[in-house]
Amino acid sequence: MNIQEKITGYIPQVQFVEGDTLWAVVAPAHLHDLAKALREDADMQFDFLRSLTGMDWGEDGLGVVYHLESTRFGFQLVMKTATTDREHPELPTVCDIWKGAELNEREVFDYFGIVFTGHPDMRRLYLRDDWVGYPLRKDFDESKEINPLRMTNEVTSDVTSTIEIDEHGHAVEKTRVLFEDDEYVVNIGPQHPATHGVLRFRVSLEGEVIKKLQVHCGYIHRGIEKMCESLTYPQTLALTDRLDYLGAMQSRHALCMCIEKAMGVEIPERVQYIRTIMDELQRIDSHLLFFSTLCMDLGALTAFFYGFRDREKILDIFEETTGGRLILNYNVIGGVQADIHPNFVKRVKDFIAYMRPQLKEYHEVFSGNIIAQQRMKGVGVLSREDAISFGATGGTGRASGWACDVRKRHPYAMYGKVHFNEIVFQEGDCYARYMVRMKEIEESMNIIEQLIDNIPEGEYQVKMKPVIRVPEGSYYSAVETSRGEFGVYIESRGEKYPYRMKFRSTGLPLISCLDTITRGGKIADLIAIGGTLDYIVPDIDR
Amino acid sequence: MFDFSVVTNWIHGLLVSVMPLGLASFVECVLIGICIMLMYAVIAMIMIFMERKVCASFQCRLGPNRVGPWGLCQLFADVIKMLIKEIIVIRHSDRFLYNLAPYIVILGSILAFACIPINKGIEVLDFNVGIFFFMAASSIGVVGILLAGWSSNNKYSLIGAMRSGAQMISYELSVGLSIMTIVVLTDTMQFSEIVERQADGWFIFKGHIPALIAFVTYLIAGNAEVNRGPFDLPEAESELTAGYHTEYSGMHFGLFYLAEFMNLFIVSSIAATVFLGGWMPLHIAGWNGFNQIMDYIPGFVWFFGKAFFVVWLLMWIKWTFPRLRVDQILHLEWKILVPIGLANLLLMTVCVVFGWHF
Amino acid sequence: MKYEDFNDNEYLESLVKELNANGANVLVGVLDDVINWGRSNSLWPLTFATSCCGIEYMAVGAARYDFARFGFEVTRASPRQADFIMVAGTITDKMAPVLKRLYEQMADPKYVIAIGACAVSGGPFKKSYHVVNGVDKILPVDVYVPGCPPRPEAMLYGMMQLQRKVKVEKFFGGVNKQVKKKDYKRLLQEEDDKKQQELLADNNLTVKKA
Repeated sequence: MNIQEKITGYIPQVQFVEGDTLWAVVAPAHLHDLAKALREDADMQFDFLRSLTGMDWGEDGLGVVYHLESTRFGFQLVMKTATTDREHPELPTVCDIWKGAELNEREVFDYFGIVFTGHPDMRRLYLRDDWVGYPLRKDFDESKEINPLRMTNEVTSDVTSTIEIDEHGHAVEKTRVLFEDDEYVVNIGPQHPATHGVLRFRVSLEGEVIKKLQVHCGYIHRGIEKMCESLTYPQTLALTDRLDYLGAMQSRHALCMCIEKAMGVEIPERVQYIRTIMDELQRIDSHLLFFSTLCMDLGALTAFFYGFRDREKILDIFEETTGGRLILNYNVIGGVQADIHPNFVKRVKDFIAYMRPQLKEYHEVFSGNIIAQQRMKGVGVLSREDAISFGATGGTGRASGWACDVRKRHPYAMYGKVHFNEIVFQEGDCYARYMVRMKEIEESMNIIEQLIDNIPEGEYQVKMKPVIRVPEGSYYSAVETSRGEFGVYIESRGEKYPYRMKFRSTGLPLISCLDTITRGGKIADLIAIGGTLDYIVPDIDR
Repeated sequence: MFDFSVVTNWIHGLLVSVMPLGLASFVECVLIGICIMLMYAVIAMIMIFMERKVCASFQCRLGPNRVGPWGLCQLFADVIKMLIKEIIVIRHSDRFLYNLAPYIVILGSILAFACIPINKGIEVLDFNVGIFFFMAASSIGVVGILLAGWSSNNKYSLIGAMRSGAQMISYELSVGLSIMTIVVLTDTMQFSEIVERQADGWFIFKGHIPALIAFVTYLIAGNAEVNRGPFDLPEAESELTAGYHTEYSGMHFGLFYLAEFMNLFIVSSIAATVFLGGWMPLHIAGWNGFNQIMDYIPGFVWFFGKAFFVVWLLMWIKWTFPRLRVDQILHLEWKILVPIGLANLLLMTVCVVFGWHF
Repeated sequence: MKYEDFNDNEYLESLVKELNANGANVLVGVLDDVINWGRSNSLWPLTFATSCCGIEYMAVGAARYDFARFGFEVTRASPRQADFIMVAGTITDKMAPVLKRLYEQMADPKYVIAIGACAVSGGPFKKSYHVVNGVDKILPVDVYVPGCPPRPEAMLYGMMQLQRKVKVEKFFGGVNKQVKKKDYKRLLQEEDDKKQQELLADNNLTVKKA
């Protein structure tokens, strides 16, 4: 089937750019219709919005790039739209088509000032409401005079504004009330033991039951994407480790892969082996921490220490080869920083032999506990449709029956050649999310066992030029990190610095579905749900 | 068996010989009060130290070991720190109730503590409805917790206090029912009498099945009554930061902290007294030699041994189990424990009527 | 750790000299020592972490490193009951007022440890538009622990340095400053006025912007 013809059948004005993936360039006026058609057409069903990237093309205006994928057929499409109005840029929203777009569009509004008409909640996502300017625009003034460090407490408004188009085609601003005056609103975070970092929720309660929930992010918004625009490619690598610090290897892998793909560098097989093993070790590390923190959130403190005890063993292995415990700085463009340590193979094997019986103990201590099961089973159910619509990938998506593993969908490194099962559960509740991760530890160990004895000899690094210039164009590549699809989108103009670098956060879709799945639950359920969603806040805020 | 009433009678005689009876009684009251408070504080410190070491060993850690030998002085450091910490005055709070709350909690706790028979002759509050008094005194604490939650003007505190109220009042029922089962067996409510009746065997053996059921329900309900894990919802750290005492600092917080540990001790020691024979040594009918050897071990050693064994049991549970949710807690109490308790009471009555006990 | 193994003994000795310049009452001195011994051995941290360093901080509390050995027994989630705050992670512009408020909510005497490059100076994010370059811009920092993130041993070292610092302080007249009731009322009033003015200024700004 030809997607191009299909689309032309719906909207004749769409222009196409052929390439790695098909690009469809559409004017704002037709954007919403096209999106609807793409989503609803029975032969295409682009139901998964992989990534939504705001762009500032300078003269060509401000716009948005949508990466779409059909979970049914596996088609991919990139949709692009732009408006030249820099004073009052307006684009139609697509959050009624893909629910995951809601927070992403707020992010674009925050970064570029693009107003999405029809969006239910047009507030800044990361920055304070009294912030002046839009930081990711190319003409943003970073001087501290305009945006000094404001030490006044931020006032949280209970109302929000939405922009709608009336029948005459004018944009009308309307206010929408988020929380009524007589609601019992409890603020959770940013400093709260159960938010796993500095996330903030405002929860409206009816007794102990949650009526609605609002997420506030940005307390650890470090402006990494903007910083990347003034760093050379090798320099940008350092920042990916600090995004999702429990997936440091993996996110850096994604960025290296994206740059290597853009430059057409052939990666030696040894490097692919090492990267795959490291990614899987990192996944085990992250899942162990997930187990620990979930147990702590649910009040089982001893299990928390078990997870940490065993995690240290992986950190020892990392430290021997890379020199780091948490932030590893190991992958570089064209290879890895240093060859693996002579002890590496033996220690990894020892660890796997040690870990398998430990997992049984975990299940005895926690999974089998009646209280733990009652706290998690049937709590916070996320349906498969919602998971796809929100773009909640990783263990969360797979617990809802959505086979979304990037390692299977778009195999990279050695994943095409090893055998492993994609763990998929159908229940979509907290227990399924928990079990997916526990089972994935076993799968990761299987993958490592297949590779560890066969690491081929060879170079561990391809010699790269001292100054790396990525050819002009747009590139997207993704890896499966410990908590979902982590994508890197680079737009290059052939310079030393990326023109725009966007990281598809794994956590943002996860917190965007929080409101849906916590409603009707208790406060304690919110903690269990937050624990099993397993988000990392710096990765959300970037 | 050494009887401590010898000592107390001697002091009484001494005092009466130098002053009128009224004054002597007054001096005795003051002395006993001081003794109780001192013991309360000392036991609380032992408990806190024990908790730290026990939880550390469950968690593959070492626990405090730098301050003094084996970390023994850790507690004194903590107490000094607590004492000199600022007590924050909170604006927009109900100042009077806010300051009153920790004292009410500690008052209830000390009153309950005074009921416990530690040795033969060391029974401070011992009268014919002792159990009744104990139940009443131990439930004063919930008032303090509710006051703390309400007066702090903090939403977390309020939720914590409300949870605590619902939980403690419900579980009181099960505690009462399970003790009542033993009262049916002994036909007395006086603590000293209850202990004396266990001279030929502890109630947990004498009452066999119903007593065992009562013991288990008592442990569960007692654990819930003192707000410890898996029932620590009122101060659920990962949900409500610190629950009802979120806003308390310095020694006011210290009092809550103290009361929490002491309530645990009180619950355990009541379990030891009612089910495990209190200060009564282990006696097995017929084995006279064995019984005599057991008698050489002083009563208070027996008592503390048993009490701390139960404490250790409860600590084990606390550090292993995840926390329940509020609806599950109430479900457990009203739909499971109370029916079991009632049926068990009936069973015990039947046993007693037909003489099916030892 | 032995005394000689610490690297900054001169600094501490000069601090002691400075504090003892005016001499001290014997009784008060002894009392000071006892209290400081207690305080330094029972420092409870606040559960606070913003990013990467937070995970290493959890590792310090976990089985292998276990800071409970030194008396940092429980991390309190409520700032009222904590003695010091480990600023573990980047502090952004949006977080800064929250952190300040947390610090103000803590009961005296209270301390701050800046953990990691971000909290010390802004670290790798120094050039960002939304990052506070060093937490010492908003809080008085007692101990700095460099690293990105610092190793758990480094954090333990930093925490022990704080203990040493607490030990040589003067409690009476130094740490334990008392405010009279009248002064307290006046200070409160002043603070309220300041807030009012700031609010007014903010309003003016928004009016101008509109």
